[in-house]
Amino acid sequence: MFRFLIGRLALLVPTFLGVTIVAFGFIRLLPGDPVLLLAGERGITEERYNQLMEQFGFSRPIWEQYFDYLVGLLQGDLGISIVTKKPVVTEFFTLFPATAELALCAIILAVAIGIPAGILAAVKRGSFFDQTIMGTALIGYSMPIFWWGLLLIILFSGILQWTPVSGRISLMFYFPQPTGFMLIDSLLSGQKGAFTSAVRHLILPAIVLATIPLAVIARQTRSAMLEVLGEDYVRTARAKGLTPFRVVGMHALRNALIPVITTIGLQVGVLLAGAILTETIFSWPGIGKWMVDSIARRDYPVVQGGLLMIAAIVMVVNLTVDLLYGLVNPRIRHN
Amino acid sequence: MALLEIRNLRVEFDTAAGPFRALDGVDYTVEGGEVLAIVGESGSGKSVAMLAVMGLLPESATVSADLMAFEGIDLRTMPAAERRKVIGKDIAMIFQEPIASLNPCFTIGFQLDEVLKAHTSLSRKARKDRVIELLESVGIPDPLRRVSAFPHQMSGGQCQRVMIAIATACEPKLLIADEPTTALDVTIQKQILDLLTDMQRDTGMGLIMITHDMGVVAETADRVVVQYKGKQMETADVLTLFENPSHPYTKALLSALPENATGDRLPTVADYEAMMQADVREVQP
Repeated sequence: MFRFLIGRLALLVPTFLGVTIVAFGFIRLLPGDPVLLLAGERGITEERYNQLMEQFGFSRPIWEQYFDYLVGLLQGDLGISIVTKKPVVTEFFTLFPATAELALCAIILAVAIGIPAGILAAVKRGSFFDQTIMGTALIGYSMPIFWWGLLLIILFSGILQWTPVSGRISLMFYFPQPTGFMLIDSLLSGQKGAFTSAVRHLILPAIVLATIPLAVIARQTRSAMLEVLGEDYVRTARAKGLTPFRVVGMHALRNALIPVITTIGLQVGVLLAGAILTETIFSWPGIGKWMVDSIARRDYPVVQGGLLMIAAIVMVVNLTVDLLYGLVNPRIRHN
Repeated sequence: MALLEIRNLRVEFDTAAGPFRALDGVDYTVEGGEVLAIVGESGSGKSVAMLAVMGLLPESATVSADLMAFEGIDLRTMPAAERRKVIGKDIAMIFQEPIASLNPCFTIGFQLDEVLKAHTSLSRKARKDRVIELLESVGIPDPLRRVSAFPHQMSGGQCQRVMIAIATACEPKLLIADEPTTALDVTIQKQILDLLTDMQRDTGMGLIMITHDMGVVAETADRVVVQYKGKQMETADVLTLFENPSHPYTKALLSALPENATGDRLPTVADYEAMMQADVREVQP
């Protein structure tokens, strides 16, 4: 186990290096440059332009810039935003809780609905219920996120007026945010109605973000379950006179969960990518929206830093899932 | 009253090509303390019959019978929850692939304890002792340590011993062994057979041995049912069957034993086609 962990950690190094190259290179491949965008419509004199390019270091050779960037990274320095003049790290950690809260709620929603739906579909294979669930999952999986989000806004915020259109909480409320998680902070604040407001703001974006992972998890659970239900040990469990609930929910599910856990881990990447669209649609002040805004402004340090942090999160989550995998599957643990 | 009495059992499977009749009107009677062997080649419906008794057939199967009684109570009319109290407790079954029959995610101790938990009112402590005792009784060495082993850490023979421990945990009145030795090495086969027959003798339970191995039949059975293509060919006590088989298929089956090999080829039932043709032809659809 220890050797496995060391091996996996060592693998992170080249992966991470690759991400720095992509993050650094990609934004620079886009046409337009940050200084011109900063100047806006008024334009800028050539003298001032060259001065600013010099100041940000963009006039130096690209490999020198990359090298400086790497040196900064090793010291934990992601640079300073060209637009806000604040350190990228500070901005990231200010905005990250909003994304984490949204993503966490979405994955909980996806798992809590997806796994039971997949199990039921497998147990009632071929039934009307199975076909409905799998049909819905296919639609959910194929639906473009931004389109689906807009449809929900039109229905629930526009026609029914049940939920607000954007933001994390009503502007009426103001309270300190020790955790950065609005659901928790609103409860801690003790202000009447704050928690309800936070929930109403969260629910639509969470549903939108959960849709694709939910569909994937439901389908994966169903197929893993179908495979496992035909196994000899499931027959043994039934031959013991156990209740169908225990046979399916324990003997079959425990084995079916092994591939499902991998799938859930992979969904974290999907989730963070989806957060970029979802946050933009719902004006959710998280890192997704921050990244989109920064790309539009060609804020090189923010885009580089943000991409890197997102990649780091995905890598850490996948590593955790691999370790979890050993816990759920005794055959791997012992080899 | 017989322990298990089955009259005119038929099983049909729904297949893409229409209904397939796997079992066509067979009868079984097992008395308490008796060893019944069901023999026949693959596809003769021997496993299907016993899976029907256990209620383990897939949903695509339709089971019908004039009678399917265990201790005089018809299993077919029992509500599902009542039947589960009998299955695993009074009637238990072990299978052909011991390693695949145990859940790879749980320790063998857990899998043994579970059946005790489902069918007895023993305390946690009492169950723990009973698990050790059971593992000991089926010949697992160092049972205190082995309770926390996973199936993949054990050999096929040991897994089959664990399966026998699970099956006999609640002291069943009837044990069904579906080709319990087919997947095992020859030396281990003998050990498992001895274990089964010893347990049967000690506890006086009924034992149904499904097999295609005539050697196993000769060694263990009191009575034998011979099946072919879902039909019953012959029922006889074991001595009569071997000394004076009455049905042509039985004769063919006995003639096809490896001991009767001539030259460098093993005999098959097909070699005796002419011998059995007269009677078996009408069986084939």
